[in-house]
Amino acid sequence: MEYYLSLFIRSIFIDNMALAFFLGMCTFLAISKKIQAALGLGIAVTVVLAITVPVNNLIYQYLLADGALAWAGLPDMDLSFLGLLSYIGVIAAIVQILEMFLDKYVPALYNALGVFLPLITVNCAILGASLFMVERDYNFAESVVFGAGSGVGWALAIVALAGIREKLKYSDVPDGLQGLGITFIITGLMSLGFMSFGGIDI
Amino acid sequence: MESIKETLTGPIFKNNPIALQILGICSALAVTSSLQVTLVMCVALTTVTAFSNLGVSAIRRHIPGSIRIIVQMVIIASLVIVVDQILKAYAYSISKQLSVFVGLIITNCIVMGRAEAFAMKNPPLPSFLDGIGNGLGYSVVLIAVAVVRELFGAGKLMGIEILPLVTEGGWYNPNGLLLLPPSAFFLIGLFIWGLRSFHKEQVEEPDFKMAKHTVVKEGV
Repeated sequence: MEYYLSLFIRSIFIDNMALAFFLGMCTFLAISKKIQAALGLGIAVTVVLAITVPVNNLIYQYLLADGALAWAGLPDMDLSFLGLLSYIGVIAAIVQILEMFLDKYVPALYNALGVFLPLITVNCAILGASLFMVERDYNFAESVVFGAGSGVGWALAIVALAGIREKLKYSDVPDGLQGLGITFIITGLMSLGFMSFGGIDI
Repeated sequence: MESIKETLTGPIFKNNPIALQILGICSALAVTSSLQVTLVMCVALTTVTAFSNLGVSAIRRHIPGSIRIIVQMVIIASLVIVVDQILKAYAYSISKQLSVFVGLIITNCIVMGRAEAFAMKNPPLPSFLDGIGNGLGYSVVLIAVAVVRELFGAGKLMGIEILPLVTEGGWYNPNGLLLLPPSAFFLIGLFIWGLRSFHKEQVEEPDFKMAKHTVVKEGV
């Protein structure tokens, strides 16, 4: 149990998807002007990550890894080169299903997340998390914790950035830095701040 | 002829994918701590963008509008798999250093964005050149960032010592911060600032403007 808690904390603060691995940067910079929108997107990313990483983990373990097809009588098969194609396919499919499911059963949430769900397919944090899961050889339980943790971490980062940017309108920014430039500098400072979590270990 | 040159060189400074279109930033930040890795990444991305543009553009009249994203995704993902396998076969140590970022070319917005914005509307040859042009625009920013980070962070370029380090009896005291994630943000921020000082038309309008003081007493 302690191990999973430690992994959870680690993936939120130390290995933060946005600030330590730069994943999901495009949406991170584009949709962080208002806290409301940032929060919606953060929740959507967390949900999608918590579902797709474990599903991709099952697919990798039982279909793609070296010797994974032993149950089908093909012990020499190594399909891991198909990984990229399968993960992105799974992500696109799950986002689509989630969208239809929410539309039918939870319309309130659907309306809140509506615009952001399709955007998520091409958010590299989602695919990145699946690839990290394969690279670090997580098992199923670890992949659930890792998926949820990195989603929460990403959401935390984007909401914090949106908060800072809302305050930023009171400040006098040099012309060339206006907009994108100053956002980069702020993100850099936030990333410095998050690095101070480096030593945390439970 | 003029338009071909424009397609090829436009994205490098005037319409830079990273600085102006905000595309493909993720990998721009992550792979730039060493120049060698950066160069490999630039070549990989330029190849994928060019050929995915070519592929998408060649079949653009046959793609039904409602499933075009999936079709583009499949073309891009197949190309990335080829690049990934080639890297694993011929440059294994570099592919280890790039780790997940080769795979992430799939979701790199430059590839997707150019396929959607340019290749769907133009014939194959200009699309191919547009892919190369945008790949070069991406490479310029990445190489500039990587040179600064590796030179001042580790005193080396491509693994060759340029500034002799204090620890090895030289005079240069390396700035370790440059090898850590935050410096990449600062450098790209400053790069954008520099670029926009030259191309004034790229400066964004502020969302809010301070009103002038209306009461003279408070103004003084």
